[in-house]
Amino acid sequence: MKVTVLGAGPAGLYLAILLGRAGREHEITVIERNQPDATFGWGVVFSQDSLAALRDADYPTYTEITDTFARWDAIDVCYRGRVLRSRGHAFSAIRRTLLLDILQRRAAELGVTLRFQVDVTDPSTLHDADLVVGADGVNSMLRRADAQAFGSVLRPQGCKYVWFGTDLVFDAFTFVFKPTEHGLFQVHAYPFDEQRSTFIVECREEVWRAAGLDEASEADSIAFCEKLFADELAGHRLLSNRSLWLNFQRVQCASWHHGRTVLIGDAAHTAHFSIGSGTKLAMEDAIALADALERHPEQVPAALVEYELERQPVVERFQQAADTSAGYFERVAAYTRLEPVQFAVNLLTRSGRVSHANLTLRDPSFGRAADAWFAGRGTAIAAPPLFTPLRLAGAVMPNRAVVASRVSDVDGVAGAGFGLVLTQLVAVCPEGRVSTSTPVVSTVDWPALVEAAHAGGALLAVQLGHAGARGATRPASFGVDVPLPAGEVWPLVAASAVRYGPYSAVPRPLDAAGMARLCSEFAAGAALLAEAGVDLLELDLAHGRLLAGFLSSLTNHRDDSNGGGLADRLRFPLEVVSAVRSSWPADRPLAVRLTVADWVARGGLTVVDGICAARALASAGVHLVHVEAGQSVAEEPPSYRRGFLTELSDRARNEAGVPTLVGGYLTTIDEANTVLAAARADLCLLTLDPVAAHGAAGGGAG
Amino acid sequence: MRVGIGLPNTTPGADGALLLEWARRADAGPFSTVAVLDRLVYESLEPFATLAAAAAVTRRIGLATMIAIGPLRSAAMLAKQAATVNSIAGGRLTLGLAVGARLDDYQAAGVDHRGRGARLSEQLAYLRGRCDGLKVPLLVGGNSGAALLRMARYADGYAHGGGPPRAFASAAGKALAAWHDVGRPGRPALWGQGYVALGDAERGTAYLRDYYAFTGPFAEKIAAGCLTTPRAVKDFVRGYQAEGCDELILLPTVSDVHDLDRLAEVLA
Repeated sequence: MKVTVLGAGPAGLYLAILLGRAGREHEITVIERNQPDATFGWGVVFSQDSLAALRDADYPTYTEITDTFARWDAIDVCYRGRVLRSRGHAFSAIRRTLLLDILQRRAAELGVTLRFQVDVTDPSTLHDADLVVGADGVNSMLRRADAQAFGSVLRPQGCKYVWFGTDLVFDAFTFVFKPTEHGLFQVHAYPFDEQRSTFIVECREEVWRAAGLDEASEADSIAFCEKLFADELAGHRLLSNRSLWLNFQRVQCASWHHGRTVLIGDAAHTAHFSIGSGTKLAMEDAIALADALERHPEQVPAALVEYELERQPVVERFQQAADTSAGYFERVAAYTRLEPVQFAVNLLTRSGRVSHANLTLRDPSFGRAADAWFAGRGTAIAAPPLFTPLRLAGAVMPNRAVVASRVSDVDGVAGAGFGLVLTQLVAVCPEGRVSTSTPVVSTVDWPALVEAAHAGGALLAVQLGHAGARGATRPASFGVDVPLPAGEVWPLVAASAVRYGPYSAVPRPLDAAGMARLCSEFAAGAALLAEAGVDLLELDLAHGRLLAGFLSSLTNHRDDSNGGGLADRLRFPLEVVSAVRSSWPADRPLAVRLTVADWVARGGLTVVDGICAARALASAGVHLVHVEAGQSVAEEPPSYRRGFLTELSDRARNEAGVPTLVGGYLTTIDEANTVLAAARADLCLLTLDPVAAHGAAGGGAG
Repeated sequence: MRVGIGLPNTTPGADGALLLEWARRADAGPFSTVAVLDRLVYESLEPFATLAAAAAVTRRIGLATMIAIGPLRSAAMLAKQAATVNSIAGGRLTLGLAVGARLDDYQAAGVDHRGRGARLSEQLAYLRGRCDGLKVPLLVGGNSGAALLRMARYADGYAHGGGPPRAFASAAGKALAAWHDVGRPGRPALWGQGYVALGDAERGTAYLRDYYAFTGPFAEKIAAGCLTTPRAVKDFVRGYQAEGCDELILLPTVSDVHDLDRLAEVLA
């Protein structure tokens, strides 16, 4: 088989090596535009798990590569004048030119033809090959030539960044966060041999402009960065190698092959450098493609399909983690209110690939110190974050695990170990019920439920609200938003006359008298719950129910003072908060369940709106925001996954400065510990079967 | 986990005689359900008529659409068809619905392709709330957030569109997240599916390439995922079971009743 590989980077060379050693009669040519020793960038990082694959794929290159490795196991976070070190991360790195040199020599030894300084601009000139491999990087000519067939999507991602070297040899993967008058700068630095380190500087584009770096020469940029990071560099220099400020290009392709052409490495996909996986993914692509070709000799199309089926899901996971990580570094200035320990945990867990348990396992003393800091008692050891009490207003929750419960199930759930039992919606009035099974606040024996919760060691929180346009439906066991039969429907009210779902009744817009009555009903409900000793009151301002209907412009079409801009749409919900505060004790926590953002592309609440709303609620005396998203209207396209609300909670908490409660399908203790330790929320609503959890406990040591 | 089998209502050359024989043998075999696909333009047999016939020659086995393209029919017509099959079958029907993937089916049916999601929601609301006679479990399929939300809002379960166990696991996690997001108690039934060609792999994969030709390069991936050996079937079943699938439908790709026997043997 005749194979032409375009691009002599790690992906292309490694594939040529693997095909060359396969022992088949392959005729392999690698074509490279540049000279053999020309390269961009300094060192490349590998994590421990990528090394086993390299060892098994080609032992001679593995030994040569790992012989020269810089190895370390620590991550240092330099922040507010402190250096926090977390160990156990097992990194290694190599000088990029050395890696290429090793791969070039091995390829030549295996009979691969290497042609440098040949610039191919027309893919048709390669068509005498049985297989054309696009290993030609982020700007791949082969991908661009058939952009439609590959379904490629490119977009800039993350901050402005510049890639320097330095003659300072770090002994850890080092992050530096440096506030300036223009904004925050950060560094990602790591050693790659015994003389030098990679030193990447990044900042948001507006910070970059404010600092004048958009007009700075290469020498000016170096001078600026050397001065800014003089302490960290400790007299060492920054080295340039065509070191220009760049935007990271995110590349994604629906298909990685087309006819006899296949893409590998950066040509097919990129993952933001802040998770340091580009070279690893590229070399793993080469391994998977070589293996597929070995399994399907003479059947190139089948091999290409198999290669793609194997690699795409893996790469997608890395790209998702990389997106999250890139987003983190864009927003990191919002986290500079955090104390150093929590800032470090937040950083280390940013991409979702490292959890609280991973950190604790990798570096027990770091994990112990972080838990002890979180517990805040100055002890050497402490329970993990989920089992740390939380004080809100005058209440102390015994732990941070929250369980949602029907009012009728509170008794059964109370002793299951959760610190807070939160009821599902309780209506302020009969018209505010979701279904006939929704309890009305005045009809429940609250003192008995409070007693049951307390007897089980939990506090009781009641979610008080009004279903609005989502009222008069069948019970949720049957479906949601399925209207009751015509004869059983009660009249609906809402911010505006917007029907919620198919066959739902059109609600009547609330008038001034209706709003005043509602305020007093909320206040009366709150008084009743306060009197009964309920520990926490949660007002429902989420998911398209009555108060949320005012908040989202998808459902608020009012032309009075309660419609229009965000401040106007918030007016009535804030009036309700104020009415409730008049009858709810100031020393007991008041929460609001809030839709922080809609999922719709246009016209709904944005995250920025949600953060503004959270801030306004906090200033109005709300102690806690229970973060939700979407459902303002029936047809929204949510982005579901485990912990799908965590990022919204993180932003509300850290940008609005208000404690948050978050659910979003958190199913494990470790997920919750990670969310809490990293300051993404203050309480976690876990999705577990509370009865099963309780039963298991009862059957054990009990 | 229960394992069901597809009726070959969209494979080339399938006729009434084959379908009835297939249904009889499935009823006597280790299968929980017989399921049909739905395509208007492609050479195939209509799903509800096929299930009605299957119902008449079987006693115990469940019947399912996996899935039927809801919006091609009016809500009332869909409800009538489903209720009729369910009645003939003595209550054995599970109705799986989704928007489908083909524009030409919509054009042939004279139905606007835009707004198909909202139209399916309306049908589901109708099936749930407006026709009291229909007591049939509903499944909804689709990968988008909107489809998952629709599933959680109206259905009893989720019909996954196929792929390796890890793809099912990821979709199932999203389905469960959606279910809790709308406040449904309990959890949705999770149904999966996969293609099988135990007799003539070449013919089976050729059919899949043709059936999914409209997806472009994706057809090759579907064909590559076809289970062509007993080992592959066993691994697939084990994988789905491990990921919490409740009912796995193995769909035929060749109109040969011996493929049913081969599958029964593998599963026995």
